[in-house]
Amino acid sequence: MKLRVYLNFDKEKVTEPVIWQLAKEFDVITNIRTAEVKEDMGLVGLELEGKTEVVEAAVKWLEAFDGVHVEPIEQSIVEG
Amino acid sequence: MSESIVRALKCRECGQEYDIQPTHVCEFCFGPLEVVYDYEKLEGKFTRELIESRPQNMWRYKELLPIDGEPKVGANNGFTPLVKADRLAKALGVKELYIKNDSVCYPTLSFKDRVVAVALSKAVEFGFKTVACASTGNLAGSVAANAAAAGLESYVFIPEDLEQGKVLGAGIFGTNIIGIKGQYDDVNRLCSEVAGKYGWAFVNVNVRPFYAEGSKSMGYEIMEQLGWKAPKHVVVPMASGSLCTKIDKSIKEFIKLGLIEDNGTAVYGAQATGCSPISKSVKDGTDMIHPVKADTIAKSLAIGNPADGFYANRVIKESGGWCEDVTDEEVIAAMKLLAETEGIFAETAGGVTLGSAIKLIESGKLPKDESIVLCITGNGLKTQEAVINEVAKPRVIGASLKEFDVLAEADGVQ
Repeated sequence: MKLRVYLNFDKEKVTEPVIWQLAKEFDVITNIRTAEVKEDMGLVGLELEGKTEVVEAAVKWLEAFDGVHVEPIEQSIVEG
Repeated sequence: MSESIVRALKCRECGQEYDIQPTHVCEFCFGPLEVVYDYEKLEGKFTRELIESRPQNMWRYKELLPIDGEPKVGANNGFTPLVKADRLAKALGVKELYIKNDSVCYPTLSFKDRVVAVALSKAVEFGFKTVACASTGNLAGSVAANAAAAGLESYVFIPEDLEQGKVLGAGIFGTNIIGIKGQYDDVNRLCSEVAGKYGWAFVNVNVRPFYAEGSKSMGYEIMEQLGWKAPKHVVVPMASGSLCTKIDKSIKEFIKLGLIEDNGTAVYGAQATGCSPISKSVKDGTDMIHPVKADTIAKSLAIGNPADGFYANRVIKESGGWCEDVTDEEVIAAMKLLAETEGIFAETAGGVTLGSAIKLIESGKLPKDESIVLCITGNGLKTQEAVINEVAKPRVIGASLKEFDVLAEADGVQ
């Protein structure tokens, strides 16, 4: 499946390589489609692709990350 | 006039264009999509006379709304009074003040009837049978009512702690109301997932680009009712920030079509202090919107992560406007002032708009000697909880003239 999310990074998380950690932790393709990073805030439009259960686990992992807010752009499931 | 001037959906970020379809996100950069038009097709055809010859509802400007032909839903919606608010103007010490009074919008007493009419008309055009929304209350009522009148199935998702008046105001229309444990942002988030899974028209998700365009009718009406001119200043309540951008767009469209002169209108945004991410960004001089946890009695504006915040911020800055935000106490005081000076019972969002305008006048951001329009977007009968302990209770006497005489004498009545 493919899932599109916005990630909002708080000030203290702006410089952390969260997406790199995510890709090491889970077998998902991370595809950054838009990003704006400033001193006190970061915003990334990210597409996650992989097996449904892995993508879901990856999102849960992101949601549990203190200082990172996950917003689904919409759920767009492409089977296959 | 039958030919539509709607050209496409266009990404506000990267400019990519898409055919008209029920979608709201750019496939390339995930930016929001907006309806764009070929205005030159209207040249010489869309005149003041044509508009004035039509029935008094929002569809008198139908060429500038993204529907095909005639509206399928909400044919009578819109066209609310623009009240010249002289008593309120005197209280505020300003020269020329107007209230655009959408607290009496047909059929559910809020400006949402405008956006829903466009969204559901479009949903019918697309062939949807079920419509849905995430709502802070007014939208739920409007979707439920307009769907009922059009014979559409509807689902509305609301925060579970919503005002009773708004829950009732949706339930009466036989809709499916789902209360979500959490705030509006949680509701919205769930809805974006539901929208992806179920084949429904979610008015503020997949048909959002069309829905949002309905707000422009409020701006068109203000300009026509002012005698075909734009106000110098307009104060708009902000939740997602969409209304702010659409009022600005409506003015620019009328200028482009030669219907009005460019009056250099400045757009001002109003928020509750307990949920003021857009106001804060403008005051801080940044264009980044920091999401907040909403905590305010103005529940219809309690969107902590506003989808159009960035664009509202830009419109406000580029037009020369400003932002202000008010506490719950200031909201209630402003609701009472509006009611006592103009006989208009606005919902809490109206208190936010007037309360913010008062602060803007006091700080000199809003000049006292130029025309000001305040956009009132919902009816106070729906948010009675906010003021129920703030108004005088009836003084009870027996059904006797003698008892009334005593009371009248105490009041100093001659």
